[in-house]
Formats: sequence, structure tokens, C-alpha cells
Amino acid sequence: MYDLIIIGAGPAGITASVYAVRKGLDFLVISEDIGGQTALSGDVANYTGYQFISGPELAAKFEEHISQYNISLKEGETVTQTKKTADCIEVTTNKGSYSAKSLIIASGKRSRQLNVPGEKEFKNRGLTYCATCDGPLFKAKDVVVIGGGNSGLDATMGLLKIVNKIYIVNNAPQLTGDKILIEKVEANSKVTILNSTQVLEIKGETFLNEIKIKTEAKEQTLAVEGIFVEIGLIPNCEFALGIDKNQINEIKIDPENRTNLEGVFAAGDVTDVIEKQIIIAAGEGAKAALSAFKYLSRVL
Amino acid sequence: MSKKVKIYSTPSCSFCHRAKDYLKANNIDFEDVDVSLDTQKAEEMVKASGQMGVPVIDIDGQLIVGFDKEKIKALLGI
Repeated sequence: MYDLIIIGAGPAGITASVYAVRKGLDFLVISEDIGGQTALSGDVANYTGYQFISGPELAAKFEEHISQYNISLKEGETVTQTKKTADCIEVTTNKGSYSAKSLIIASGKRSRQLNVPGEKEFKNRGLTYCATCDGPLFKAKDVVVIGGGNSGLDATMGLLKIVNKIYIVNNAPQLTGDKILIEKVEANSKVTILNSTQVLEIKGETFLNEIKIKTEAKEQTLAVEGIFVEIGLIPNCEFALGIDKNQINEIKIDPENRTNLEGVFAAGDVTDVIEKQIIIAAGEGAKAALSAFKYLSRVL
Repeated sequence: MSKKVKIYSTPSCSFCHRAKDYLKANNIDFEDVDVSLDTQKAEEMVKASGQMGVPVIDIDGQLIVGFDKEKIKALLGI
């Protein structure tokens, strides 16, 4: 049995790992990937110590930092269930099961899906959830960005240099991102903004070639070759049995990163912490590891 | 005999970097094709793999979509 299991290796999980090493804990990290959403981010200009760094570069720095320690890391494993029992916490994955005296859930968030016909079929066949990664493949094409918040506007700004034309499909009556981004997007002649608009269906053959949308009562079909889905994020914590969550399914934590379950802590974007930022997730990871250490000192 | 390895990537894709680092760490020589710079190569990748996500790793003509470490290991015998 481990002292601690950390689920997730984004900024929160990695920082928790660094602190767990320094506290001499016997621990295991389980994660689908390294870097989490940081690795999918565009440019990062607000992480202390770096005036400017790209998301993938910062994720590589995180990995470099933990690779200097001899950490037990299960990469590419998906946690399917965590369960608090009388004397330990059991973690089940798609590849095995593990137990520990304490747990830090730092599994972050993932892209919300549209849930419309054609979305699954055309994923990676023109439809993507990562404009930063896949944008360059859409050179000179007409594309749709779905979402009128900051992530949709960021994706639009990134794509402007690459694609021919961008339709922004936004279900709200107006764009909801930062004013400075809205002004830039509105001023660009390559961009058509469709507010109060819903996606009905995505169609194509091998690759997608059209999207059916509805603006108030009016339906229309746009001929496009790319669709970038940027409609927000949902927390990765369906696996956590018995854990208290808020109304948007984020894990509720107290100022010491404790959840309602004794010995179970949580950190970063998967929690109800105010503000979701890379640097905040990293700080929360540190706090969670220190709280777990304090807890273990009491129970061990 | 060493196998011919080619990786289709973009500079902004994290899994591409991870795949390349993994190959380097295992002393595998490979050709890196930046599809953000070369539209023709991008089309070649899309046609061959039937999809548009990067990375695509070509090991002696067998294609792996995404950074699938187990598949890479199996095809390269590492």
C-alpha cells in the first residue's frame, strides 16, 4: 500500500509530486498524459519566471522537473473508480488496481462535447477539440469555431493566420469573452459571427464538409472543412465515489484542499477553487501535497 | 536492420514533442515532417491515415495515429 496516490499529471499533479518527493512519501502517480491542459494551451504569458512560453514547452519543463526524481508513474492509464474503504483508498484503472492511505485527485478538466449527430464520426476527420494542435492542417480552408467565449475567441485568433474564412457559431446572443479579444475578432474581415445559433448536425463523407445550424428559427447549412469545438470544459471526476461536488460537478474542497472524504484531497481545475489558471493549479497541488503529508503524519 | 521511421507533426502539438522525445530516448533515427510548413506533406498524411490529427507515425509503411507508446514499442521491437 502506498502512502499516497496522485491522479493526474498536469500542473497540480506534477507540483503535488514534487512536494511529495521532498516530504519523502512513498507514492504513485497515475495519469492519462503529462502536462494536462497546459500541453494543449497556446501561449502562456502569466506563469512566474517565464515572460513568455508556449503551453507545450511549459508542459515539457514540468516533465523535465519530475523526471529528475525516481517517481513511480503510470502514464496512459485511465482511472475508472476511486473508493474510500474503512482502512484505505482503492484506485481502479483500466489496467490494474492500487491502494493507498491518502489520495490527491488532480485530474483536471476536458473539453465539453456538442452532443450532436456527426460529432463522433468526424472527430479528427475535420472536427477537433484542439485548435492549437490541429489548426495548421486547415491552411486556406473555410472553418467554423463553435463557442463565443474566451477559448473560442483564442482559437479564432490563432486560426486567422492559417485559414481562409471563419464562422463563429455562438449560442449566446453576443460574444462573451474579453473585450480586447472581441474587438479584434469583430474587426477582422475573415470572420463572420453568428450569435444565438445552435449546431444541429455535422455531415460529410470521409471528412466533414458541412454543418447544419439554426439561428433562432432559421436553419442553414455552411460548407466548411474544419470545425473547432470550444464550448468550455467539464471536470474529470466521474470516477470518484462518494465525493461532494458543486452544481457544475467540481469537487468541493476546503482551504486545505480536503474533500468530504477523510484522506482524500483534490487540487486544480477539477475542484471548485476560484479561478482556473496554470499557476493556481500548481499552487493548489503544492497545498494538497502538504495537507496530505500533515494528514499522513497523524494517521501513520 | 533498422526500420524507416517518419513522424508527421506540428510545432504546437504536445504529443508530437513527446513522441519525438520518446524516439530520441530510444536512439531511433526518424524523419520529422512539419505539416504546418508543407501543405503537400499534410495532404499526404491525411490521405494515408484517413484522418487529420497529429502526430502520425509511419514505421516502414505501418501508420500509428497519436502517441501510442505500446504500438510504437511493438512495431519497433523495443
